[in-house]
Formats: sequence, C-alpha cells, structure tokens
Amino acid sequence: MKYFVLILLLLAADYSPAFDTREFENDADRDRYQKLITELRCPVCQNQNLADSGSGLAIDLRQQIFQQIESGKSDHDIVDFMLQRYGDFILYRPRLTSGTLALWFGPVLVLVTGFIILIVISRRNSTVTLSESEEQFLQDIMNEPPAGRGRDS
Amino acid sequence: MIIEIGHFAVVLALVICILQTIIPMIGAIQGRENWMAVARPAAQVQFVMISLGFITLMHAFLVNDFSVAYVAHNSNSALLWYYRLAAVWGAHEGSLLLWCLILSGWTICVSCFSKSLTLDFTARVLSVMGFISTGFLCLLLFTSNPFERLIPAAMDGRDLNPLLQDIGLIMHPPILYMGYVGFSVAFSFAVAALSANKLDSSWARWSRPWTLIAWGFLTLGIALGSWWAYYELGWGGWWFWDPVENASFMPWLAGTALIHSLIVTDKRGAFKSWTVLLAIAAFSLSLLGTFLVRSGVLTSVHSFAADPVRGVAILIFISLVAGISLLLYGMRAGQVRSYLQASFLSRDYALLANNIIILVAASVVFLGTLYPLFLDALNLGKVSVGPPYFNTMLVPLFLLLGVLTAIGPLLRWRHDHLQELVTRLRLPYQLITCGVILSVIIMLDISLWLVFGLSVAGWIVCSSICLLMDRVKHSSTLLAGLFTQPLSFYAMLLAHTGFALSITGVTLVTALDLENDLGMTPNVSKQIGDYEYIFRGVEEIQAQNYRALRGTFDVMHNGRHITRLHPEKRHYPVQNSVMTEAAIDAGLSRDIYISLGDPLEGDTWSVRIYYKPFIRFVWLGGVLMFLAGIIAACDRRYKLRQDNRARLKQLHVQEA
Amino acid sequence: MIRVYVPLAAFIIIVIFFAAGLTRDPKIIPSPLIDKPAPAFVLPELFQQEKLFSNNSLSGKVTLINVWASWCGTCVKEHSLLLDLVQDVEAAGSGLQVIGLNYKDDRAAAIKWLERLGNPYTTILFDPDGSCGLDWGVYGVPETFVIDQYGIVRYKLTGPLTQAIISGEILPLVQRLQES
Repeated sequence: MKYFVLILLLLAADYSPAFDTREFENDADRDRYQKLITELRCPVCQNQNLADSGSGLAIDLRQQIFQQIESGKSDHDIVDFMLQRYGDFILYRPRLTSGTLALWFGPVLVLVTGFIILIVISRRNSTVTLSESEEQFLQDIMNEPPAGRGRDS
Repeated sequence: MIIEIGHFAVVLALVICILQTIIPMIGAIQGRENWMAVARPAAQVQFVMISLGFITLMHAFLVNDFSVAYVAHNSNSALLWYYRLAAVWGAHEGSLLLWCLILSGWTICVSCFSKSLTLDFTARVLSVMGFISTGFLCLLLFTSNPFERLIPAAMDGRDLNPLLQDIGLIMHPPILYMGYVGFSVAFSFAVAALSANKLDSSWARWSRPWTLIAWGFLTLGIALGSWWAYYELGWGGWWFWDPVENASFMPWLAGTALIHSLIVTDKRGAFKSWTVLLAIAAFSLSLLGTFLVRSGVLTSVHSFAADPVRGVAILIFISLVAGISLLLYGMRAGQVRSYLQASFLSRDYALLANNIIILVAASVVFLGTLYPLFLDALNLGKVSVGPPYFNTMLVPLFLLLGVLTAIGPLLRWRHDHLQELVTRLRLPYQLITCGVILSVIIMLDISLWLVFGLSVAGWIVCSSICLLMDRVKHSSTLLAGLFTQPLSFYAMLLAHTGFALSITGVTLVTALDLENDLGMTPNVSKQIGDYEYIFRGVEEIQAQNYRALRGTFDVMHNGRHITRLHPEKRHYPVQNSVMTEAAIDAGLSRDIYISLGDPLEGDTWSVRIYYKPFIRFVWLGGVLMFLAGIIAACDRRYKLRQDNRARLKQLHVQEA
Repeated sequence: MIRVYVPLAAFIIIVIFFAAGLTRDPKIIPSPLIDKPAPAFVLPELFQQEKLFSNNSLSGKVTLINVWASWCGTCVKEHSLLLDLVQDVEAAGSGLQVIGLNYKDDRAAAIKWLERLGNPYTTILFDPDGSCGLDWGVYGVPETFVIDQYGIVRYKLTGPLTQAIISGEILPLVQRLQES
C-alpha cells in the first residue's frame, strides 16, 4: 500500500488539489490568505486560482503568500510582489487602468443609457384613456381567461 | 463495415440538408408549392440518416471496435458499458455529431408540429434549419470526422478521461445541447419571418413554445453542469466564471430576455424588431459558445482539445449564419415600426426593463470573458478577468432583476396607477419587512448582501403568492379559481419561484459556507461548528478500471452519528492519472463535503472539509425553471371569441 | 435608418477580433521584467557548490540565461541548438555569455544530464527550490532570457528555442544590444 501511495503522490496532476494545512496566528490573517489565494491566478494552470491548483508553482506561491503575511506584509505589498513577477495576468480582478475602463464602466453605461431610452420612449408615446369597464376588460383578456379549445394559429 | 454505413448515412444526410436548404426556400420565394413541399420529407429523412450514423458510432463503442480512431482515443475495454456509450460525446468529434443529431431532432419536430403554419412559412423555417445543419455536417465531415479508421487498429483504447467517467457525462451534454440547439428554432422562425418580410406578431406566437422548451433545457443543462463540477472536481466550487461556463450562460441570458420579450410581441404587438434581434442573438451566442469551447482562443479547465483549424472553420460558419441574418435584419427590420401604447408604469415597460437589465448582465459576461482576447489582439498585454469581476458586477444586477421580478407581474398591462400598485404591493412588502427583521435577528454576524439576497428572494415568493390570490378571488370557489388559471400563469409563478430559490441558495452558500483544510489523524476527532468529524484511516481498494485509496470518516452532529463518508483518491492505470473523488452527504439544508488531500507524516492525512448550507437550492431552482418552461409550452392558447375580437377593434389597441 | 445595421457592424468587428485571437496563444504570459533591471539573486554554481554568483556576473556582457531542468523533456530538444549557438558564438568571438539556470532540480541528476547531452553553459546557477525562478517570473521550463550589458532584461522566450527564433529574434537582438 505504501507503494501505491507513492504512485499517487508522484502522479498528482493539476486536477488533484493539494490542501495546505496551515496554522495562522489569527482569523484575520487566515481570511486575508484565503482572499489572496482565491483572487490570484495560477500562471501555469488552465484557468484556476491559486487556492484550487495542485501544481508545483501554485504550492510555491501559496507558501510565499503565507510567509509574507506572517512577516507582516500588507495585501498591497503581496499583490505588488506578484505583479512585478507575473504582470497583470496573475490578477483575477483586473486593475482599473485606461485599458480596462471599458470593462469596468461599459456595462454601467449601458444600463444607464438603456433606462434613459426607456423613459424617453415612454414619454413619447401617448396613451388613450379608457373607461373603467374597458380597462377591466383589457386586463381580463391580457390575463388570458379560461382556456378555450386548442391552439390559436 | 458498420461504421462505414454510418459514415455513408451522414454523408447522405449532408446531401439531403443541402437540398432541404435550397429547394424549399426557392419554392417559397417563387411560390412553387411542390418545391416547398420538399421541406418536410427532407427533414424527416435527414433525421433518420443522422440517427443511423449516431447508432453505428454507439455500436462501435459498445463492442470495443478499436479500429475506429475516435473509439481508440476515448474508450477502453475495461470501461463500464454505460460510460462507453456516453463516451460517444466525450470528445470533440462525437459531441459535434451529438449536436447534429439533436439539431435534426428539433428539425423533425418542427416539421411534424407545424400544421397550423402556412406552407410558405414552414418551408422557410425548415430551409434555415437546413442551412444550419448543412454547416454543422460540413464541420463534422471535413474537420472532425468521428468515423475515421485507425490503421492498424489499436489493441486497446486510450480510455475516457477519468473526470468524465461519471453520470454527469451521461446527462449533462445531451440536455445542454437540447437547449443550445433548440434556440435554432426561434432563430429560424425569426429569419424566416425576415425573409418573408412578415414581421407580424404571429411569428412571435408560433415561436413561444419552442423557445420555452429550449430555454428550459438550457436551464437544466447549466444546473446539471454546475452540480457535476461541484462534486467531481473536488474543490467544492460550483461556478467558476470559466469561459466554457460563460459560453453557456450568455445564450441563457439572451434566451431569458427572449422569452420575456416574446410575451410583449405576442400580446401587444410591440418590440417586434427587438425580439427578432434577440432571437438571432440567442442562437448566435450558442454558436459563439461552440467556437469558444473548441477553438482554443481561451484557456479553460472544461474545454475540448484545441485546434485552430477547427476554430477557423467554426468562425467562418458563425460569420455566415450571424452575418447573413443580421444583414437581413438590417434590410427588413427598419420597415417595421411597432408602437407601444403604454405608460411608463405598466407591465409592458417592466418587461422592457427586464430586457435591459438582462442585456447588461449579458454584456458583463461577454466583456469579462472576451476582454483578455480583445486586449491581446490589440497588443495591449495580457489581463485575466475572473470571479472577482463577475461577482462584483453581477450581484447588484441580479438583485435589481429580482426586485423587478417581484414587482413586474403585479403591474397591469398598458397603464397602471401608482396608488393601486402600492395597494397591491402592500402585503408582500409587509411580509418582507418581517422576514428581513427576522433574519437580522437570527444572524449576528450579518453580511449586507445576505440580507439583500434573502429579502429579494422572499419578496419574489410573496409577490407570486399575492398574484395567485389576486387572480383567484374573482372566481366563485377557490378550487374553481385554481383550475381555471392558464398553465402559462402557473409556469410563470413556478419559474419566478425557481429564480428566487436559486437566489436564496447562492446567497446562503456564499455567505455561510465553511471551508477547512486540516491534517487529520485516525481516531482523533475534530470539531467544526455543530459537527464532529472522526477520521478512521484509509484502505486500498480495486475497482473495474481503477485502484484507489479509500478514506473513512464518521460525521456526528450534536453527538448523534449521521453518516459515514468515503472520499477516494483514484489511480487510473490506462491514462496514468490520479483523480480525487469527494464524498458528499447531501441534504436540502446543507451538504457535508469531504475531500482527501495528501498523506502527511505517519498516518495523518491532509483533508478538506466543507460545510455548504442550502447549496442544493441553487440547482433546485434550475430544475423548477426547467419544469416551468415545459409547462408553459403546454399551455393551450385560447381562441379569441368573435365578439371579443370586434370589441377589441373598438379599443385603441394598435398593431403597426 | 443606419441604426439597423449597427448589430451587423458590431458583429463584424467581433469576428475580426476572434480571427486575430486565433493567431495568439492565450497561455503565454508576457514578462513584466522587460526593460527593467534583472532581479537580484545570489545562487551557488552547479558544479562548484562554494562558488556564489550574483547580478554582478551579468554586467559587462550581453547574457543569455536559459532556464532548464533534467526532468524537462522539451529541454532535450532545444539543447542541441544551444550547443550549436555556443559554438557559433565562440567562433565569431562575439561577447555573448550563455548561462544556465537549473530550476527545481536535483544536483546529481542535473550533472548527469549535462554529462549525457553536453554542457553549453559558461556558468550554471543552481536554484533547487525555485526561489530565484519565482523572482524572474519563471512559470515553466524551458524559458530563455536575454539581458543586456547593463543588467537590464530585454527579452523573454517561453518555451523551447527553435532555429527560427535564434536566428530571427535572438541573434539580431544580441547584435543590436552590443552595438548600442
């Protein structure tokens, strides 16, 4: 069985995550560590964060982050450390630069524009007022009264 | 020999598809009835041919015919028979054949269930579907042929990827493809209407059931995929915003917008050109998904083996399909003006708002997935866009959508009065306030998102109940009232409840889940929260095509023994790979998830233990939405009585 | 009525981007060290353990640093090209120095590998735990860096050397750097 265990260890591919059983001094450190390893990307893997990857480099980087937290470095320092070595690729949360403006603000712009168009269209189209009974009749039809026979063509 | 029959059948299918594309369309344009009549039989024969091809491939897998290259690359004689069958769609070529099969399946359904359509329209729809089938069959036969022989034949196969040897493979791709491919029906209806220059709202009514069924299957397919990744990959995650996942989420979003927009086009005759555009977009996004997953332009854990040649071929195909349809849209849609006679506070505009929010969500997913590609193509460097971006942008959007889902169905069509709306909202609003206060009291360490998420979900449910009560009160008895509501009404309530359930699951599992990596020694118990875990050691086991180290864990809750879990670390000799198989104690209110890590000193092992509350709600919501889609499609459309038609004419309900 | 053609136009633009994307490899990470000073290091030599090397050995000459390991299959393929390159360099008398960085390897295995396949390197830095590699942003093997005579990183190649890359990119770059 020892031999089999050895095989397993040697062959642990990227799909077998390596769990680090680390002891932290306090909860805040552990939370910082967790946040960092989930927001940083593993450079060698097929789109995984450092937390989920079992590759050698990911293990090394997790160790680095752990050591840096223990030695008092701030989150900003640790991220800078990674950026210096691997560039923007390693961040899963893209930094706000001139290149990523469209990414961060594009959708909000679309949302605001959409709602403005909505309001403009609604103002433009006038509606004829209906009488009470006509109004109720319309609502009843729109709400589909009891089913008739078969499909409408 | 048999595989050659299958190959020939598929080639024949291609020829028939080409005929199915050209002849009926020319017939429709020139008004030749016997040319148009070619469409239905062509669709039916095509289905038989492709099925034949598919069956021969399944047969090759079943009998372990390793002279077929595809079988040799993806199967093995030690593989269990049901995985051998599922392996047919386990890799690129076979899954493309599955696409073709399901597409021909939808085509034959359209040809059979289109009796109420005119021959002209049916011919056009089937012609467009024929064009899509032709494209896929060409892709299959010329770039990814699963029928090719391996000479000399292999002694045994390379085995199926161990991660795929699972029930998830049996269910997920077929159901997902039913959805993806199903959007081609709505697409074909839209393009047929454009080509005939008949953009009236009858197109929308015909499309609705087809779109609802396709959307339902896509919802279920995505839920299944998420569930599968959760228990299979061993990290406890259930959605990674991975490009392949996003590739299925984008058409889902477009499809959701489409089913809501179709309501307005069908009932009010408005947004005609917008709905046509959505139908084109939904299917184009399905095709885009196919491109992203198979071309290698994006890295993903889930993608097929990348091949740029296939990527180019798929890109050309997408360009033709979407390009021609968008060109047609440009030429024809401008001539249609649909005026919406409604004031701002109305269900009509609520549905438009729904579309806007979903459109923004789709643009977030689109931008996030493709931004790295865009920047790289412009030589502006490499960035990564991952869960932090998607979660930050989409959580507020979906909460906003949730609020709209709670209010929207309560609004009246065309014109609502604020005072009456407030009255109708009062009861659900009160219930929500109670719910919020209750949850705030219960949870001491509150996350604001938790409160928002639960409130929105609760509001949707309460609002749905109030809607039901409101409808039923017009009837003589409760039972009579319940029975006379149309199926589509119940489908709406069910779908929105499913949505609320998913929101609840996502909110609770994100805010309250616990993950612990520990070193565990046999017979030493560890306490996490209310649960106690005792590791009992590992033993070696041998299964049909793998050897494994099997761990045993006893789980206790408040002193009572609940279950014994057996996570495994498996070694598959054929591919020489190691896979972690997690052990899960599933429950509606929580999952206990244990994954075996690596052996440490002595008998100690590193272990990951998850406590995941209410995670099943996420997928259950998807199941409810699926059921809702099917139920809605079964609704019997009412026939407007003659006298009502005349009265309607007097009202100023205008169709442009 | 130009509005109705906006979807078509947008689609065409997207397709152009995809076509461009097909020519790229999404897995290659460009190095943020380009045009920046080489990261500081202090490493022992592979053969002579007491000898320590640092950045000082990088100044004065244009340097090519090749990251390799005995467990790396692809490194075998590029090794013969490196041997040829070193021969050409010596013959031409150009001042290019070729240094090896042995990454996350076992000393004995690395020495045996070189004995079997040949040693093109003037010096081999021994980095058994990969800490130096981490500072250089190494994420796979083999990789190759070109550093100019002032210690600034000018080029990084991810993946094995090929003849095309050597003659098309590296040698012209080395020449340019030596002339400036």
